[in-house]
Amino acid sequence: MKAMLAGFAMIAVVAVGSNLVLNEAGFSSQDQQSGDAVRLDADH
Amino acid sequence: MRALICMVLCLVLAVPAWAQSASDRASTGGAQTLEDILARQKGAQIDDAFRRDATGDPDIAAGITEQLGTLGGVSDPELWRALRYGSADIKVSAGGDVATVLVQDGGMNWLTLRDGPLRSYGGWGLLGTLAALAVFYLLRGRIRIDGDKTGRTVTRFAAIERFGHWLLAGSFILLGLTGLASLFGRVFLVPLLGKSMNAEILAISKWVHNNVAWAFVLGLIMVFVMWVVHNIPNRTDLVWLRQAGGIIGNAHPPARKFNAGQKLIFWSVIVLGGSISVSGVALLFPFELPLFAKTFSVLNDLGLVGLVGMDPLPTSLAPQEEMQLAQMWHAILAFVLMAIILAHIYIGSVGMEGAYDAMGSGEVDEAWAEQHHSIWLEEMRENARKSASSASNPAE
Repeated sequence: MKAMLAGFAMIAVVAVGSNLVLNEAGFSSQDQQSGDAVRLDADH
Repeated sequence: MRALICMVLCLVLAVPAWAQSASDRASTGGAQTLEDILARQKGAQIDDAFRRDATGDPDIAAGITEQLGTLGGVSDPELWRALRYGSADIKVSAGGDVATVLVQDGGMNWLTLRDGPLRSYGGWGLLGTLAALAVFYLLRGRIRIDGDKTGRTVTRFAAIERFGHWLLAGSFILLGLTGLASLFGRVFLVPLLGKSMNAEILAISKWVHNNVAWAFVLGLIMVFVMWVVHNIPNRTDLVWLRQAGGIIGNAHPPARKFNAGQKLIFWSVIVLGGSISVSGVALLFPFELPLFAKTFSVLNDLGLVGLVGMDPLPTSLAPQEEMQLAQMWHAILAFVLMAIILAHIYIGSVGMEGAYDAMGSGEVDEAWAEQHHSIWLEEMRENARKSASSASNPAE
Protein backbone atom coordinates (compact mmCIF):
# COMPACT_ATOMS: atom_id res chain seq x y z
CA MET A 1 0.00 0.00 0.00
CA LYS A 2 2.86 2.36 0.86
CA ALA A 3 4.50 1.67 -2.50
CA MET A 4 1.22 2.50 -4.24
CA LEU A 5 0.86 5.80 -2.40
CA ALA A 6 4.51 6.61 -3.08
CA GLY A 7 3.89 5.90 -6.78
CA PHE A 8 0.89 8.23 -6.81
CA ALA A 9 2.85 10.92 -4.95
CA MET A 10 5.62 10.57 -7.52
CA ILE A 11 3.10 11.25 -10.31
CA ALA A 12 2.22 14.58 -8.67
CA VAL A 13 5.90 15.47 -8.15
CA VAL A 14 6.81 14.66 -11.76
CA ALA A 15 3.80 16.56 -13.12
CA VAL A 16 4.48 19.73 -11.12
CA GLY A 17 8.21 19.43 -11.81
CA SER A 18 7.84 18.98 -15.55
CA ASN A 19 5.45 21.91 -15.72
CA LEU A 20 7.96 24.13 -13.93
CA VAL A 21 10.94 22.96 -15.94
CA LEU A 22 9.26 23.18 -19.35
CA ASN A 23 7.77 26.59 -18.65
CA GLU A 24 11.07 27.94 -17.33
CA ALA A 25 12.88 26.54 -20.35
CA GLY A 26 10.45 28.39 -22.65
CA PHE A 27 8.87 25.29 -24.12
CA SER A 28 5.29 26.49 -23.92
CA SER A 29 3.51 26.73 -27.26
CA GLN A 30 3.05 30.42 -26.55
CA ASP A 31 6.79 30.97 -26.30
CA GLN A 32 7.54 28.74 -29.26
CA GLN A 33 4.90 29.78 -31.73
CA SER A 34 4.25 33.46 -31.09
CA GLY A 35 6.23 36.66 -30.69
CA ASP A 36 6.13 39.80 -28.57
CA ALA A 37 3.59 41.38 -30.88
CA VAL A 38 1.04 38.70 -30.00
CA ARG A 39 -1.02 39.29 -26.88
CA LEU A 40 -1.83 35.74 -25.79
CA ASP A 41 -1.30 35.98 -22.06
CA ALA A 42 -4.14 37.57 -20.10
CA ASP A 43 -1.59 39.14 -17.71
CA HIS A 44 -0.14 41.40 -20.39
CA MET B 1 -9.21 20.15 -99.05
CA ARG B 2 -8.13 22.25 -96.08
CA ALA B 3 -11.57 21.90 -94.58
CA LEU B 4 -11.44 18.12 -95.04
CA ILE B 5 -8.06 17.84 -93.29
CA CYS B 6 -9.41 20.00 -90.52
CA MET B 7 -12.45 17.74 -90.07
CA VAL B 8 -10.32 14.58 -90.03
CA LEU B 9 -7.95 16.12 -87.49
CA CYS B 10 -10.87 17.14 -85.29
CA LEU B 11 -12.24 13.60 -85.39
CA VAL B 12 -8.86 12.01 -84.62
CA LEU B 13 -8.24 14.37 -81.71
CA ALA B 14 -11.74 13.92 -80.38
CA VAL B 15 -11.54 10.12 -80.09
CA PRO B 16 -9.34 10.06 -76.96
CA ALA B 17 -11.53 12.74 -75.45
CA TRP B 18 -14.65 10.57 -75.92
CA ALA B 19 -12.79 7.67 -74.37
CA GLN B 20 -12.45 9.72 -71.18
CA SER B 21 -16.25 9.54 -70.76
CA ALA B 22 -17.41 11.50 -67.69
CA SER B 23 -14.03 13.02 -66.97
CA ASP B 24 -14.01 14.71 -70.37
CA ARG B 25 -13.00 18.26 -69.65
CA ALA B 26 -12.63 19.41 -73.24
CA SER B 27 -15.76 21.51 -72.89
CA THR B 28 -14.19 23.49 -70.06
CA GLY B 29 -10.78 23.75 -71.67
CA GLY B 30 -9.29 21.34 -69.14
CA ALA B 31 -10.81 23.02 -66.08
CA GLN B 32 -13.06 21.11 -63.74
CA THR B 33 -16.55 20.24 -64.91
CA LEU B 34 -19.90 20.31 -63.16
CA GLU B 35 -19.53 16.52 -62.67
CA ASP B 36 -16.21 17.08 -60.87
CA ILE B 37 -17.75 19.66 -58.56
CA LEU B 38 -20.78 17.50 -57.80
CA ALA B 39 -18.60 14.46 -57.15
CA ARG B 40 -16.45 16.47 -54.77
CA GLN B 41 -19.49 17.78 -52.93
CA LYS B 42 -20.72 14.22 -52.50
CA GLY B 43 -17.35 13.34 -51.01
CA ALA B 44 -16.58 10.90 -53.84
CA GLN B 45 -12.97 10.07 -54.64
CA ILE B 46 -11.87 11.99 -57.74
CA ASP B 47 -8.52 12.04 -59.42
CA ASP B 48 -7.57 15.69 -59.01
CA ALA B 49 -4.27 15.36 -60.88
CA PHE B 50 -5.65 17.55 -63.70
CA ARG B 51 -5.72 20.47 -61.23
CA ARG B 52 -3.03 19.44 -58.74
CA ASP B 53 -0.40 19.07 -61.46
CA ALA B 54 -1.51 21.97 -63.66
CA THR B 55 0.80 24.45 -62.01
CA GLY B 56 2.67 25.72 -65.08
CA ASP B 57 6.09 24.88 -66.39
CA PRO B 58 8.80 27.54 -66.05
CA ASP B 59 10.92 25.59 -68.57
CA ILE B 60 8.62 26.58 -71.40
CA ALA B 61 8.37 30.20 -70.31
CA ALA B 62 8.90 32.90 -72.86
CA GLY B 63 12.17 34.79 -72.60
CA ILE B 64 12.18 37.69 -70.15
CA THR B 65 12.25 40.25 -72.98
CA GLU B 66 9.38 38.68 -74.86
CA GLN B 67 5.68 39.20 -74.44
CA LEU B 68 4.42 37.56 -71.21
CA GLY B 69 8.02 36.69 -70.38
CA THR B 70 7.87 38.14 -66.90
CA LEU B 71 5.27 35.59 -65.78
CA GLY B 72 7.90 32.86 -65.75
CA GLY B 73 5.75 30.27 -67.50
CA VAL B 74 3.17 30.26 -64.73
CA SER B 75 -0.22 31.91 -65.01
CA ASP B 76 -2.13 33.27 -62.04
CA PRO B 77 -4.56 30.31 -61.90
CA GLU B 78 -1.58 27.96 -62.00
CA LEU B 79 0.06 29.80 -59.13
CA TRP B 80 -3.12 29.62 -57.05
CA ARG B 81 -3.39 25.89 -57.78
CA ALA B 82 0.17 25.41 -56.54
CA LEU B 83 -0.76 27.27 -53.34
CA ARG B 84 -3.93 25.23 -53.01
CA TYR B 85 -2.11 21.90 -53.31
CA GLY B 86 0.95 22.89 -51.32
CA SER B 87 3.45 22.59 -54.17
CA ALA B 88 4.29 26.30 -54.54
CA ASP B 89 7.81 27.30 -53.62
CA ILE B 90 7.04 29.66 -50.76
CA LYS B 91 9.62 31.54 -48.77
CA VAL B 92 8.73 33.03 -45.40
CA SER B 93 10.76 35.26 -43.13
CA ALA B 94 9.25 33.82 -39.92
CA GLY B 95 7.39 30.72 -38.80
CA GLY B 96 9.51 28.08 -40.51
CA ASP B 97 8.17 25.22 -42.63
CA VAL B 98 4.78 25.41 -40.96
CA ALA B 99 4.19 28.91 -42.30
CA THR B 100 4.96 27.88 -45.88
CA VAL B 101 1.78 25.81 -46.00
CA LEU B 102 -1.04 28.20 -46.88
CA VAL B 103 -3.81 25.69 -47.61
CA GLN B 104 -3.89 22.27 -45.92
CA ASP B 105 -7.07 20.34 -46.57
CA GLY B 106 -5.91 17.30 -44.56
CA GLY B 107 -7.27 19.13 -41.53
CA MET B 108 -10.84 18.50 -42.66
CA ASN B 109 -10.22 14.75 -43.10
CA TRP B 110 -8.59 14.67 -39.68
CA LEU B 111 -11.52 16.48 -38.07
CA THR B 112 -14.17 14.21 -39.63
CA LEU B 113 -12.16 11.13 -38.65
CA ARG B 114 -11.69 12.40 -35.10
CA ASP B 115 -15.30 13.45 -34.63
CA GLY B 116 -16.72 10.40 -36.35
CA PRO B 117 -15.08 6.97 -36.48
CA LEU B 118 -12.49 7.67 -33.76
CA ARG B 119 -15.17 8.61 -31.23
CA SER B 120 -17.64 5.90 -32.23
CA TYR B 121 -15.26 2.96 -32.71
CA GLY B 122 -13.13 3.99 -29.74
CA GLY B 123 -16.05 4.65 -27.42
CA TRP B 124 -18.00 1.54 -28.36
CA GLY B 125 -14.78 -0.48 -28.22
CA LEU B 126 -14.27 0.48 -24.58
CA LEU B 127 -17.91 -0.05 -23.65
CA GLY B 128 -17.85 -3.40 -25.48
CA THR B 129 -14.79 -4.44 -23.48
CA LEU B 130 -16.54 -3.54 -20.22
CA ALA B 131 -19.64 -5.46 -21.31
CA ALA B 132 -17.57 -8.50 -22.31
CA LEU B 133 -15.84 -8.45 -18.91
CA ALA B 134 -19.19 -8.19 -17.13
CA VAL B 135 -20.55 -11.15 -19.12
CA PHE B 136 -17.38 -13.12 -18.38
CA TYR B 137 -17.77 -12.37 -14.68
CA LEU B 138 -21.37 -13.57 -14.74
CA LEU B 139 -20.43 -16.78 -16.54
CA ARG B 140 -17.14 -17.61 -14.83
CA GLY B 141 -17.45 -15.78 -11.55
CA ARG B 142 -14.44 -14.99 -9.44
CA ILE B 143 -11.51 -17.33 -9.94
CA ARG B 144 -11.04 -18.68 -6.43
CA ILE B 145 -8.01 -20.22 -4.75
CA ASP B 146 -8.50 -24.01 -4.85
CA GLY B 147 -8.66 -25.31 -1.28
CA ASP B 148 -7.67 -23.33 1.78
CA LYS B 149 -5.09 -20.62 2.04
CA THR B 150 -1.91 -21.79 3.74
CA GLY B 151 -1.48 -18.67 5.83
CA ARG B 152 2.18 -18.58 4.75
CA THR B 153 3.07 -15.81 2.32
CA VAL B 154 5.82 -15.26 -0.18
CA THR B 155 7.02 -11.89 -1.50
CA ARG B 156 5.76 -11.59 -5.05
CA PHE B 157 6.82 -8.02 -5.84
CA ALA B 158 9.39 -5.91 -3.99
CA ALA B 159 8.51 -2.36 -2.98
CA ILE B 160 10.38 -0.84 -5.92
CA GLU B 161 8.48 -3.05 -8.36
CA ARG B 162 5.15 -2.05 -6.86
CA PHE B 163 6.21 1.60 -6.90
CA GLY B 164 7.04 1.38 -10.62
CA HIS B 165 3.80 -0.43 -11.36
CA TRP B 166 1.64 2.13 -9.57
CA LEU B 167 3.56 5.04 -11.05
CA LEU B 168 2.71 3.63 -14.47
CA ALA B 169 -0.83 2.56 -13.54
CA GLY B 170 -1.83 5.79 -11.78
CA SER B 171 -0.47 7.98 -14.56
CA PHE B 172 -2.12 5.80 -17.22
CA ILE B 173 -5.52 6.12 -15.57
CA LEU B 174 -5.13 9.90 -15.29
CA LEU B 175 -3.99 10.12 -18.91
CA GLY B 176 -6.84 7.86 -20.04
CA LEU B 177 -9.51 9.88 -18.25
CA THR B 178 -8.15 13.26 -19.36
CA GLY B 179 -7.64 11.97 -22.91
CA LEU B 180 -11.23 10.73 -23.03
CA ALA B 181 -12.41 14.08 -21.64
CA SER B 182 -10.54 15.87 -24.44
CA LEU B 183 -12.11 13.66 -27.09
CA PHE B 184 -15.63 13.34 -25.71
CA GLY B 185 -16.00 16.51 -23.59
CA ARG B 186 -17.75 18.48 -26.29
CA VAL B 187 -20.20 15.63 -26.96
CA PHE B 188 -21.03 14.47 -23.43
CA LEU B 189 -19.89 17.10 -20.91
CA VAL B 190 -21.33 20.16 -22.66
CA PRO B 191 -24.96 18.90 -22.63
CA LEU B 192 -24.47 17.70 -19.06
CA LEU B 193 -22.54 20.54 -17.42
CA GLY B 194 -22.55 23.40 -19.89
CA LYS B 195 -19.85 24.92 -22.04
CA SER B 196 -18.09 26.89 -19.36
CA MET B 197 -17.74 23.90 -17.01
CA ASN B 198 -16.55 21.78 -19.94
CA ALA B 199 -13.94 24.44 -20.74
CA GLU B 200 -12.73 24.39 -17.11
CA ILE B 201 -12.53 20.59 -17.09
CA LEU B 202 -10.67 20.55 -20.40
CA ALA B 203 -8.20 23.21 -19.27
CA ILE B 204 -7.39 21.07 -16.21
CA SER B 205 -7.37 17.91 -18.37
CA LYS B 206 -4.87 19.48 -20.73
CA TRP B 207 -2.55 20.44 -17.88
CA VAL B 208 -2.79 16.98 -16.33
CA HIS B 209 -2.37 15.18 -19.66
CA ASN B 210 0.67 17.23 -20.71
CA ASN B 211 2.50 16.96 -17.40
CA VAL B 212 1.53 13.53 -16.07
CA ALA B 213 2.76 12.14 -19.41
CA TRP B 214 6.33 12.30 -18.07
CA ALA B 215 5.42 10.17 -15.06
CA PHE B 216 4.00 7.59 -17.46
CA VAL B 217 7.22 7.58 -19.48
CA LEU B 218 9.24 7.17 -16.27
CA GLY B 219 7.00 4.32 -15.09
CA LEU B 220 7.25 2.65 -18.49
CA ILE B 221 11.04 2.75 -18.39
CA MET B 222 11.11 1.41 -14.80
CA VAL B 223 8.74 -1.45 -15.58
CA PHE B 224 10.64 -2.35 -18.74
CA VAL B 225 14.02 -2.43 -16.99
CA MET B 226 12.72 -4.40 -13.98
CA TRP B 227 10.62 -6.99 -15.80
CA VAL B 228 11.90 -7.47 -19.34
CA VAL B 229 14.04 -10.46 -18.31
CA HIS B 230 10.99 -12.21 -16.89
CA ASN B 231 8.88 -11.55 -19.96
CA ILE B 232 10.90 -13.27 -22.64
CA PRO B 233 8.61 -15.91 -24.17
CA ASN B 234 9.49 -19.55 -23.54
CA ARG B 235 8.03 -23.03 -23.95
CA THR B 236 6.05 -22.90 -20.70
CA ASP B 237 3.94 -20.18 -22.28
CA LEU B 238 2.60 -22.63 -24.87
CA VAL B 239 1.31 -24.93 -22.12
CA TRP B 240 -0.25 -21.96 -20.36
CA LEU B 241 -1.93 -20.77 -23.55
CA ARG B 242 -3.16 -24.31 -24.41
CA GLN B 243 -4.91 -24.46 -21.05
CA ALA B 244 -6.15 -20.85 -21.44
CA GLY B 245 -4.26 -20.06 -18.27
CA GLY B 246 -6.96 -21.65 -16.14
CA ILE B 247 -8.99 -18.51 -16.76
CA ILE B 248 -11.32 -20.67 -18.82
CA GLY B 249 -11.56 -24.10 -17.22
CA ASN B 250 -10.08 -25.08 -13.88
CA ALA B 251 -6.53 -26.06 -14.81
CA HIS B 252 -3.51 -24.58 -13.06
CA PRO B 253 -0.83 -24.47 -15.77
CA PRO B 254 2.72 -23.96 -14.50
CA ALA B 255 4.29 -20.53 -14.84
CA ARG B 256 7.43 -18.69 -13.88
CA LYS B 257 7.28 -15.14 -12.45
CA PHE B 258 4.99 -14.07 -15.31
CA ASN B 259 2.62 -16.32 -17.22
CA ALA B 260 1.90 -16.02 -20.94
CA GLY B 261 -1.12 -13.78 -20.31
CA GLN B 262 0.94 -11.39 -18.23
CA LYS B 263 3.66 -11.43 -20.87
CA LEU B 264 1.09 -10.40 -23.48
CA ILE B 265 0.00 -7.54 -21.20
CA PHE B 266 3.63 -6.57 -20.58
CA TRP B 267 4.55 -6.40 -24.27
CA SER B 268 1.31 -4.61 -25.13
CA VAL B 269 2.13 -2.00 -22.51
CA ILE B 270 5.72 -1.64 -23.68
CA VAL B 271 5.03 -1.56 -27.43
CA LEU B 272 1.75 0.39 -27.41
CA GLY B 273 2.73 2.53 -24.42
CA GLY B 274 6.09 3.26 -26.04
CA SER B 275 4.50 4.29 -29.33
CA ILE B 276 1.87 6.35 -27.51
CA SER B 277 4.67 8.08 -25.58
CA VAL B 278 6.68 8.88 -28.71
CA SER B 279 3.67 10.22 -30.59
CA GLY B 280 2.67 12.09 -27.43
CA VAL B 281 6.04 13.81 -27.23
CA ALA B 282 5.65 14.75 -30.91
CA LEU B 283 2.30 16.34 -29.99
CA LEU B 284 3.76 18.12 -26.94
CA PHE B 285 6.39 19.84 -29.09
CA PRO B 286 4.40 20.72 -32.21
CA PHE B 287 6.23 20.40 -35.54
CA GLU B 288 9.54 19.58 -33.83
CA LEU B 289 9.46 15.79 -34.16
CA PRO B 290 7.90 14.72 -37.44
CA LEU B 291 7.61 10.92 -37.30
CA PHE B 292 5.39 9.74 -40.09
CA ALA B 293 7.08 10.73 -43.37
CA LYS B 294 10.19 8.88 -42.23
CA THR B 295 8.21 5.88 -40.94
CA PHE B 296 6.18 5.68 -44.16
CA SER B 297 9.33 5.78 -46.25
CA VAL B 298 10.84 2.91 -44.20
CA LEU B 299 7.60 0.90 -44.54
CA ASN B 300 7.55 1.53 -48.31
CA ASP B 301 11.20 0.51 -48.65
CA LEU B 302 10.67 -2.68 -46.66
CA GLY B 303 7.84 -3.56 -49.05
CA LEU B 304 5.41 -4.04 -46.17
CA VAL B 305 2.90 -1.64 -47.70
CA GLY B 306 2.97 -3.49 -51.01
CA LEU B 307 2.52 -6.82 -49.23
CA VAL B 308 -0.93 -5.84 -47.99
CA GLY B 309 -1.82 -4.55 -51.44
CA MET B 310 -1.69 -0.84 -50.63
CA ASP B 311 -0.23 1.95 -52.71
CA PRO B 312 3.00 3.39 -51.31
CA LEU B 313 2.37 5.70 -48.36
CA PRO B 314 3.12 9.41 -48.82
CA THR B 315 6.67 10.29 -47.86
CA SER B 316 6.31 14.02 -48.20
CA LEU B 317 3.96 15.39 -45.56
CA ALA B 318 3.11 18.93 -44.55
CA PRO B 319 4.06 19.70 -40.91
CA GLN B 320 0.36 20.02 -40.09
CA GLU B 321 -0.30 16.60 -41.62
CA GLU B 322 2.39 15.12 -39.37
CA MET B 323 0.55 16.50 -36.34
CA GLN B 324 -2.81 15.17 -37.55
CA LEU B 325 -1.36 11.70 -38.03
CA ALA B 326 0.40 11.84 -34.66
CA GLN B 327 -2.87 12.71 -32.91
CA MET B 328 -4.81 9.99 -34.70
CA TRP B 329 -2.15 7.33 -34.04
CA HIS B 330 -1.84 8.44 -30.40
CA ALA B 331 -5.60 8.13 -29.86
CA ILE B 332 -6.12 4.83 -31.70
CA LEU B 333 -3.30 3.08 -29.82
CA ALA B 334 -4.52 4.59 -26.56
CA PHE B 335 -7.99 3.08 -27.13
CA VAL B 336 -6.46 -0.34 -27.81
CA LEU B 337 -4.26 -0.11 -24.72
CA MET B 338 -7.15 1.10 -22.55
CA ALA B 339 -9.22 -1.93 -23.59
CA ILE B 340 -6.32 -4.27 -22.76
CA ILE B 341 -5.74 -2.55 -19.42
CA LEU B 342 -9.43 -2.83 -18.50
CA ALA B 343 -9.06 -6.60 -18.81
CA HIS B 344 -5.83 -6.43 -16.77
CA ILE B 345 -7.53 -4.41 -14.01
CA TYR B 346 -10.42 -6.89 -14.00
CA ILE B 347 -8.25 -9.98 -13.56
CA GLY B 348 -6.05 -8.22 -11.02
CA SER B 349 -8.98 -7.20 -8.82
CA VAL B 350 -12.51 -8.67 -8.87
CA GLY B 351 -11.66 -11.38 -11.41
CA MET B 352 -9.25 -13.42 -9.30
CA GLU B 353 -9.00 -14.06 -5.59
CA GLY B 354 -5.58 -13.24 -4.19
CA ALA B 355 -4.27 -11.46 -7.29
CA TYR B 356 -4.51 -7.94 -5.89
CA ASP B 357 -2.27 -8.81 -2.92
CA ALA B 358 0.66 -9.17 -5.32
CA MET B 359 0.54 -5.46 -6.11
CA GLY B 360 -1.08 -4.33 -2.85
CA SER B 361 1.10 -5.61 -0.02
CA GLY B 362 3.44 -7.52 -2.31
CA GLU B 363 2.83 -10.69 -0.27
CA VAL B 364 0.83 -13.56 -1.76
CA ASP B 365 -0.42 -16.72 -0.12
CA GLU B 366 1.63 -19.79 -1.00
CA ALA B 367 -1.51 -21.61 -2.15
CA TRP B 368 -2.18 -18.86 -4.69
CA ALA B 369 1.47 -18.85 -5.79
CA GLU B 370 1.43 -22.66 -6.13
CA GLN B 371 -1.66 -22.54 -8.34
CA HIS B 372 -0.69 -19.60 -10.55
CA HIS B 373 3.11 -19.39 -10.58
CA SER B 374 4.32 -22.85 -9.55
CA ILE B 375 7.77 -22.72 -11.18
CA TRP B 376 8.43 -19.26 -9.76
CA LEU B 377 7.39 -20.42 -6.27
CA GLU B 378 9.75 -23.40 -6.54
CA GLU B 379 12.58 -21.04 -7.56
CA MET B 380 11.82 -18.81 -4.58
CA ARG B 381 11.86 -21.79 -2.23
CA GLU B 382 15.14 -22.99 -3.75
CA ASN B 383 16.68 -19.54 -3.26
CA ALA B 384 15.43 -19.46 0.33
CA ARG B 385 16.96 -22.91 0.98
CA LYS B 386 20.27 -21.84 -0.55
CA SER B 387 20.48 -18.64 1.48
CA ALA B 388 19.49 -20.54 4.63
CA SER B 389 22.19 -23.15 4.08
CA SER B 390 24.84 -20.54 3.28
CA ALA B 391 23.84 -18.69 6.45
CA SER B 392 24.24 -21.84 8.56
CA ASN B 393 27.50 -22.80 6.82
CA PRO B 394 29.31 -19.49 6.33
CA ALA B 395 32.33 -19.66 4.02
CA GLU B 396 35.52 -20.11 5.97
